Amino acid sequence: MTTKNFQRPDGRKLNEMRPFEAKVGIIPNADGSAMYKSGDTIAIAAVYGPKKMHPQHSQNPEKGTLRCTYNMNSFSVSDRIRPGPSRRSTEISKITEWALEPVLMLDKFPNMVVDVHINIIQADAGTRCAGINAAAMALAHAGIPMRDMVSSVSVGKLDKTIVVDLSKEEEDFEEGDGPTDIPISMTHSGNITHFQLDGKIESKQLMEAIEMAKKSCEEIYEVQKKALKDSINMEEEA
Amino acid sequence: MTNTEHKRSVVIPGETIVEGDNYLPGEGTEKQGEKIVAFRYGLAEETNKLVKVIPLSGVYQPRRGNIVIGKVSLITFNGWVIDIGTAENAFLPLMETPRFVSKDRLDEVMKIGDITVAQIFGVNGRGIDLTIKSRGLGRIDEGIVFKINSNKVPRVIGKEGSMIRIIREYTNCDITVGQNGFIWIKGDKIEDELFAKRAILFITEKSFMEGLTERVEKWFKENGGVKKETKKYDKEEEFGERRE
Amino acid sequence: MSGEEVEITPDVTAERIRKYLEQEKRFDGRKTDEFRELIIEKNISKKAEGSVRVKIGKTEVLVGIKMGIAEPYPDSPDKGNLMVTAEFLPLSSSRIELGPPKFNSIEVGRIVDRGIRESKFIELEKLCIKKGKKVWTVFIDIYTINDDGNILDAAGIGAVAALKLAKIPKYDEENEKILYDEHQGNMPLRKINPFTITVHKIGQHLILDPTREEEDVSETRITVGSSEGIIYSLQKGNSGYFSVEEIQKSFDIVEKAWKELFKKVEGQLK
Repeated sequence: MTTKNFQRPDGRKLNEMRPFEAKVGIIPNADGSAMYKSGDTIAIAAVYGPKKMHPQHSQNPEKGTLRCTYNMNSFSVSDRIRPGPSRRSTEISKITEWALEPVLMLDKFPNMVVDVHINIIQADAGTRCAGINAAAMALAHAGIPMRDMVSSVSVGKLDKTIVVDLSKEEEDFEEGDGPTDIPISMTHSGNITHFQLDGKIESKQLMEAIEMAKKSCEEIYEVQKKALKDSINMEEEA
Repeated sequence: MTNTEHKRSVVIPGETIVEGDNYLPGEGTEKQGEKIVAFRYGLAEETNKLVKVIPLSGVYQPRRGNIVIGKVSLITFNGWVIDIGTAENAFLPLMETPRFVSKDRLDEVMKIGDITVAQIFGVNGRGIDLTIKSRGLGRIDEGIVFKINSNKVPRVIGKEGSMIRIIREYTNCDITVGQNGFIWIKGDKIEDELFAKRAILFITEKSFMEGLTERVEKWFKENGGVKKETKKYDKEEEFGERRE
Repeated sequence: MSGEEVEITPDVTAERIRKYLEQEKRFDGRKTDEFRELIIEKNISKKAEGSVRVKIGKTEVLVGIKMGIAEPYPDSPDKGNLMVTAEFLPLSSSRIELGPPKFNSIEVGRIVDRGIRESKFIELEKLCIKKGKKVWTVFIDIYTINDDGNILDAAGIGAVAALKLAKIPKYDEENEKILYDEHQGNMPLRKINPFTITVHKIGQHLILDPTREEEDVSETRITVGSSEGIIYSLQKGNSGYFSVEEIQKSFDIVEKAWKELFKKVEGQLK
C-alpha cells in the first residue's frame, strides 16, 4: 500500500524523523524543566510541584492532581497569535494532561498538585508532540514519581504513503488523498496514552502507522534518557 | 548495573536497574516480575541486594525528628502555623515552647513572617507537629536564610556531620541545616556568611560526586579560605538532625 | 501556598541585604550600579520578524517582533502602529498564577511601550502603505522565561535588540497578503538606543539590576527610558519616595549604566 518511491519535500526517508535535540534544567526557578526540539519546532516545559492545591475544595484526598498548560508564543508562527489562551491551546493542554497522567504515581501525593507549563518558542508542526516530550522530561527532572517515560511523535499519511514526523510543509500537502495527521504518545513499555487523527485512512494502514510511531518513540526515548543522564556530570570538570 | 556494591549510576523513571530474583526493591523502586524498576530520577544504589534510588530532586518528605526551618504564616489562639514548604501545614503549639507563654502574648514571642528553627515531633493525618523546646531551636534573629533542594541536605551535612564541620572551620559561622532544605547561616562578618553560602551552593552542584568532602576542602583553599579557631559544638548541634 | 510563602525573601535575609548595602556591597559581590552578565541570543524564532533571548544573570526573557497590516489610528493616518505586550509566563516563577494579565505584566508592557514610542525609535512614518487606509503594525511581544529579578530592564533591552534585528516582510498589495518569507528591508529605526534602566531604592541606597531577593526588598523604583543622556520616558513605581537628590543621583546612575549597556549590547548583536 505504501508507495516506495514517494519523495518527501525535504528528502527524508519515510521513517526518518527531523533532527531532534533535548536538554533538561533550562529554567532555574522551576522544580524541573526541559527543552525538546524537532526540526524547527522548539518546545520548553517547566514543572512546579508537588505543592499544596488551591482552592481547598479542589483537593483530592486520594491522589494528587496534574495540571498542564500549553501556550504558543505570538511569534512562534508566521501569522502572529494573539497572546493569551485559545480554544486550541486549551484543548492541547487537556490532551497533554491525558498523555502524561497514566505514568504519574499520583497516589503518592494526595491533596497536592503538579503544574506543568509548556511554551512553544518556534512552531513548524508537531508542537503538541514536542511539548509532551519536553513535559515528560521535566516531570522526571522534578523528581515526580513516574512509572515510565512518555514519548510523542506525529506520524502521517501523505496521499497513500505513511511517513513519520510531518513538517509544516507536509501538513499542507495537497495531492491525492491529502495529508492525514496522527499524533501519538506512548510509554517506553509500548502503551499508548495519547492518540489523535485528522484525515482519511484505512484501519490496516493505521496499524502500520502505529508500528512506525513505536519505532520513532523508541528513538525519542533514547534522546530523552540521555538528556536526563547528561545533566548529571559524574566526572569532575577540569 | 554492575555487581560492585556501591557503584552508582543515574537512572530515569521506568528504567530497569537490575534483574534477578534475589534483589529487593528499596526506596524509589518497584519490583516488576524479576526486575527492579526505578520510578524516580536519581542515582541507583545497591547494597546487600537492596536496590534503591537516591533522588536528586523532588519535594521534602517530613519525618519525625527532623529539624526544619519555616516561616510563621498564621497565629491561632493556641499556637503558630508554620510554613515549612510541605503541602500540610506545620503547627507549633503553645505548650511546645521552652518557657511559658500566655495566650495573649503569642505574637510577642513570634509574629507572622518570623522565621524559626523547629523540630518535628509528630507527623499524622492532621498535619505536622513541631516543638521548639530543645536547645538550638526557636526564632531566628539575624543572619541569612536561603533554600536548597531538600534532597541535597544529606550531602551538606555529610557523614556524621563531616561536611558541615568543614564549612564551619573555614568560615567560623553558625550553620543550621533544616531537613526541608532551608539553611540558616549566622556569622560575625557578612563576608563569612556569604562564603559559607557559596560553599553550600557549590556542594549542591556537585552533590552526586564521590570524594566530595576532599573536593570541598580543596574549594575552600582555592578560594582563600583559612581554617579558623572553631567554637566547641556538642554532638547534637553538628548534625542538624537529632538522633532518636 | 506550600513553599511559596517561605520562598518570598525572609525579613532576616532582607535585614542582611540592607546591612551589606551600608558597606556598598551586595550578596553576589557586585557594585551597587553594576549589571549582572548580559547575554543576548539572536533570532530565537525563525517565524518572527526579529527576536532575541535576553539573559541578565539568571533572569531570562524572550522578545519577538511580528508585523501585521491594519488601519492607522485616526490621529496619525500616515504612521504605522505600535503595540507592546508582556506576558509573565507561569513557567518563569512559582509565584505566578494563571488567569488574565495581572498588573506586573501590564506595567512592563506599558513601560517598554513608552520607552520605544516616546523616543520615536521606530520611524513609524516609514511604515505607511496607504495613507489613512493601510499601515504596518509593529507588535513587540515579551515573554518571561525565568524571573530572578529585573524583568523590566531585560524586557526593555530585548525590545531594542529585537527591533534592531527586525526585517520588514514583503507585502503583496494586489492580493493583500503578507509574504513573511520574503523581506523588503530592515525595520526603519533612528540611530538611538532607548534602553529602559530601573533604579531601585533600598533604605538609603540606590541599586541597579536587583536579583529576586533584592527586588523583594526594594521599597520603590524609577524606570528611565533614555539614550545618550536624553530622557524620553520615566516612571516611578511602587509606593515609597525619592528625595530630589536621589532623583538626581538616579539620573547620573542611569547615564553611566546606559553607556556600559550600549557597549555590551552592541557587542552581543554583532
